[in-house]
Amino acid sequence: MNQENFEPRLVGFLCNWCSYTGADLAGTARMTYAPNLRIIRVMCTGRVDPQFVLKAFREGADGVLISGCHLGDCHYQEGNYKTLRRHRLLARVLEQFGIEKERFRLEWVSASEGLKFQQVCDDFTERIRKLGPLNFGGNGEGRHV
Amino acid sequence: MSDPKPKVAFYWCSSCGGCEESIVDLAEDILKVVAAVDIVYWPVALDFKKKDLEAMPDGSIAVAFINGGIRMSEQEEMARLLRRKAQLVVAHGACAHLGGIPGLANFWNKETIFRTVYHTTVSTDNPDGIEPQLETVLDGKILTLPKFWDTVHPLNDVIDVDYYLPGCAPHRDLIMNAVTAILEGKLPPKGSVLAPNTSCCDECSRNKTKPEKLVIKEIKRPYEVILDPEKCFLAQGLICMGPATRGGCGERCIEGNMPCRGCMGPTDQVHDQGAKFLSALASILDANDEKDIERIVGSIDDPAGTFYRFSLPSSLLRRKKMEAVR
Repeated sequence: MNQENFEPRLVGFLCNWCSYTGADLAGTARMTYAPNLRIIRVMCTGRVDPQFVLKAFREGADGVLISGCHLGDCHYQEGNYKTLRRHRLLARVLEQFGIEKERFRLEWVSASEGLKFQQVCDDFTERIRKLGPLNFGGNGEGRHV
Repeated sequence: MSDPKPKVAFYWCSSCGGCEESIVDLAEDILKVVAAVDIVYWPVALDFKKKDLEAMPDGSIAVAFINGGIRMSEQEEMARLLRRKAQLVVAHGACAHLGGIPGLANFWNKETIFRTVYHTTVSTDNPDGIEPQLETVLDGKILTLPKFWDTVHPLNDVIDVDYYLPGCAPHRDLIMNAVTAILEGKLPPKGSVLAPNTSCCDECSRNKTKPEKLVIKEIKRPYEVILDPEKCFLAQGLICMGPATRGGCGERCIEGNMPCRGCMGPTDQVHDQGAKFLSALASILDANDEKDIERIVGSIDDPAGTFYRFSLPSSLLRRKKMEAVR
């Protein structure tokens, strides 16, 4: 795919209690935003196993978003703190695999922040559009899978 | 000769030779193995050639133990040949099972590896800048070398593998159990890893010293501290891969007062050992403030190489993105 007609493929893991509801609010309020994010609802961002993120990149995602309740507001007390730590560590590991840290984003969007959800979607899509496709298929000579 | 002994082959690919050693380390038990089987191919110890192997009928070898990852074309060729000749193929050791330590080269590619090895290291003496060539003409004859790939692969990337003997190198009990199971025909379902499906922590003698709530304030490396010989390594702030690693290794590292490095690979429930360990480690870091988190995370030296020390070629991402290798 060339740079000009490149449409970023983004995967979003949204927590049930805040960000998914925030996304729902953006929808019911008829806000328009970039349609590039494929949303997967999870009960808590703490449920997002780093394997999910790696699999998304391997299967062709150009960017992965994790979005949950603001710090201190987690429905399960500290799920989002664990996510924050995992995000920072995984972002470092991804860079060692050649995946830029801009492609792996963490945001806090509450149930009432439909507007913020709209902005995050638009901004993330534009940033990844500028960065270009990830193309994580290039696994080199002698690959047999 | 009415009841010929089953034929066994051993072969090594991209590995250090430790797995060959693990056979010799069976000590007196090796006599039982030798009494029960005919070793028909074992280049490291016996003088058989490739043409001897080629001359054997297909399927005539009962089991081939192949250790080492697949790094070059010749290794794939030999793996395919052994697959044809053997009824069962066992991936012997961490490198054949997961890619192993040589698989860490998947953070580079052929070009950067050759550049380092044949040009830039201090000890390299190569004024003409010569690199290995696939073909060289010498005195009118063509000499050939196998092709070096960009990527190291676990054995099951190139052939069908029946069983996996994990570990670096596999513990002698695991090898003896596997040999006994094969000889008695009491094998688990195809594709099984021939070791317990529980974590290293599960059988660790230090498990009882693990506090109720395990937290790490600072990550330390073994050379920076005097290691307590009895206390859980994670409780001492050291990276120990035990929680994300399969047991059955005999705890040789733990007994040597060194943390688990993850050579047994993940349990059956896990696809990606590194990601799973990352998840566990991040959970127990004792910091909620963004700056504190970034400081602790930043203090881990080479996180990807540490978490994927033995399993990079069989992980979800398998290697560094080719275009990003410099």
